Amino acid sequence: MTLRRFLQSCSAAVRLIAASLLAAALPQVVHAETIKVGVIGPYSGPFALYGKNFKLGIEAYVAANGKKAGPHTVEFVYKDLDGPNPSKAKALAQELIVKDRVQYLAGTYFTPNALAIAPLLEEAKVPLVVLNAGTSSITQKSPFIVRTSFTMWQNTVPGAKAAYKMGSRKVAIAVSDYGPGADVEAAFKQTFTAAGGTVVATIRMPLNTTDFAPIMQRIKAAGADTIFAFLPSGPATLGFVKSYIDNGMRASGIKLFSTGDLVQEPDLKALGSDAMGIMSTYHYASSNTSPSNKRFIDQYKKVGGDFDELTMAAVAAYDGAHLLYTMIKATGGKQDPARAIESVKGFKWNSPRGEVSIDPATRHIRQTIYLRTVDTRDGKLINREIEAFPDQPDYGFPAN
Amino acid sequence: VNTAISVAIDAVAYGMILFVICIGLSVTMSLMRVINLAHGAFAMLGGYFASILIISYEINFFASIALAIGATVLVAMPLEWILYRRLYARSDPLMQVVMTVGIVFLIIGIINFLFGPTVKSIPLPHVISGPVDIGVRTIPAHRLFVIGSGLAIFGALWFLLEHTAYGVRLRAAVENSAMAAALGVRTKRMYATAFALSVALGAFGGIAGAELLPMEPYYALRYIVTFLVVVSVGGAGSIRGALLASLLLGSVDTVARYLVPDFGASFFYLAVIAIVLCFPNGLLGREHM
Repeated sequence: MTLRRFLQSCSAAVRLIAASLLAAALPQVVHAETIKVGVIGPYSGPFALYGKNFKLGIEAYVAANGKKAGPHTVEFVYKDLDGPNPSKAKALAQELIVKDRVQYLAGTYFTPNALAIAPLLEEAKVPLVVLNAGTSSITQKSPFIVRTSFTMWQNTVPGAKAAYKMGSRKVAIAVSDYGPGADVEAAFKQTFTAAGGTVVATIRMPLNTTDFAPIMQRIKAAGADTIFAFLPSGPATLGFVKSYIDNGMRASGIKLFSTGDLVQEPDLKALGSDAMGIMSTYHYASSNTSPSNKRFIDQYKKVGGDFDELTMAAVAAYDGAHLLYTMIKATGGKQDPARAIESVKGFKWNSPRGEVSIDPATRHIRQTIYLRTVDTRDGKLINREIEAFPDQPDYGFPAN
Repeated sequence: VNTAISVAIDAVAYGMILFVICIGLSVTMSLMRVINLAHGAFAMLGGYFASILIISYEINFFASIALAIGATVLVAMPLEWILYRRLYARSDPLMQVVMTVGIVFLIIGIINFLFGPTVKSIPLPHVISGPVDIGVRTIPAHRLFVIGSGLAIFGALWFLLEHTAYGVRLRAAVENSAMAAALGVRTKRMYATAFALSVALGAFGGIAGAELLPMEPYYALRYIVTFLVVVSVGGAGSIRGALLASLLLGSVDTVARYLVPDFGASFFYLAVIAIVLCFPNGLLGREHM
């Protein structure tokens, strides 16, 4: 060690001691700090719509509640990750933790990215607020994860109950062939057969399927009276619905049920009147008429959001920001992940989607799942909520 | 038996859609010897133009198709002048791939900026929408339209290339452009018209296939592998090859999806591997390509 280095560290130590003495002398003064939050999401590429929703949802919350959580200024740092890419997700999280010194992480649109970040959290003492990735097991991977979005099980179980109640007895399940699709299939089958219905066909469709005609033929051949479908939001949902109509399925009286992913509001315009009457179960519809949703949409528009591009991702981000602010206040701005997570367990609030709470056991959001049908309002296609299933847990979590 | 016929009809319909979208690429790759990865981007431009014309200007569907094809060719021709012209025949494939992929990203960026990331529809007129009963089963009317236009394109192209003076000159220009030029063929003009033709076919394919492959900014990139596979299986340089490959791959894919959907696209690609192993130049490809 050179002399200069030694002197430097001495003076640093002296300053540190002086600072802590000062802090001890003035115990009642709370230090206002800048707390950084790293938000990883798809801000470019094919899923950019949802990254944009993350950002606008957070900005809407900040616009409504100010930049400060208590005395502390909250600063959001956005990192772009355009697809499911575990190694890059991990690298970005490490960069945020080490270089940007974030106290919280949020975001993760895709399940593999959330799973890749999970092992870092305990060592780095950083909580993660998942704003989308909907695989049930994610919150099990670390005690420092809480989630404000949904799980496939949470949305599907009420769907199966509703389908049975509305007279469906023989259902063909058609899902995209990847993790969430398998979840939907399992959740529907279990709930629907328990209610007394029969599943006459289970079809897993490759993610890159573009022509759904043979799948419709199979469903017809199986003698189903209802299709329950899940495809991730995107161009394929359009092909699926068109195929359902054009192959005469609707005309022959076969009903189409799905999770809300098939009829996301930004896709409805392209589906056009074909979409009318499609039933779905989901946790959020932008057409929800509650005052809290109206307030949220006003803020969302104020920060530059387009109503036609509003999805559940913005609401998850808005509520995620609410949790972050709550945790920052509860810990007094200190890096104390255990206390932060403890402070939101069982936490209840009024979200744009209705009454919600964080389940203390699963750290996943309990929320109302709505049965909706595609309908028009003021000449625009919307998902009209016709029935509510309040306080739904994550049925996919082992304890449930 | 009914089911078999029904699946066969779906197979032909899907094969024809593949043919309509891929034939333009086959023309560029075979006649111009350019690996045009921007083909999907031109198809997408056609689709967006049609969508805007029909929805915002409420122009008739068939008129919109013609206008959209014209508009796409207008956008593409300056690119031919400035960029593609340098790549014909002699330059190495890597250059072509890098340049055309650059064009793809440029177009994706512009479309995303102007029209946003959401899916855009091309509403069909009443005549070709909804189901039609053809005796054995109901089939989407749109599929009949695609099968018809696919056959028409096949016939017209075959006639144009094999039985007109233009076709002879074009093939001469491709085989040996120096010799063709020496004999008085205006090779540059030949290439430009052939490029316009392939872009027009691409734009039409984009519009006609939009029921299966809907328009969104990443269209240009999403389906390019499928297009390239169909063209290389058919054999570059062969219109008949492209038709045969489309129908064959369409059938394999449709039948596999009906019988064993859980295996995903594996049968499609197994078929591709088998064909390419047996016919390295594609089904009806020529030796030197």
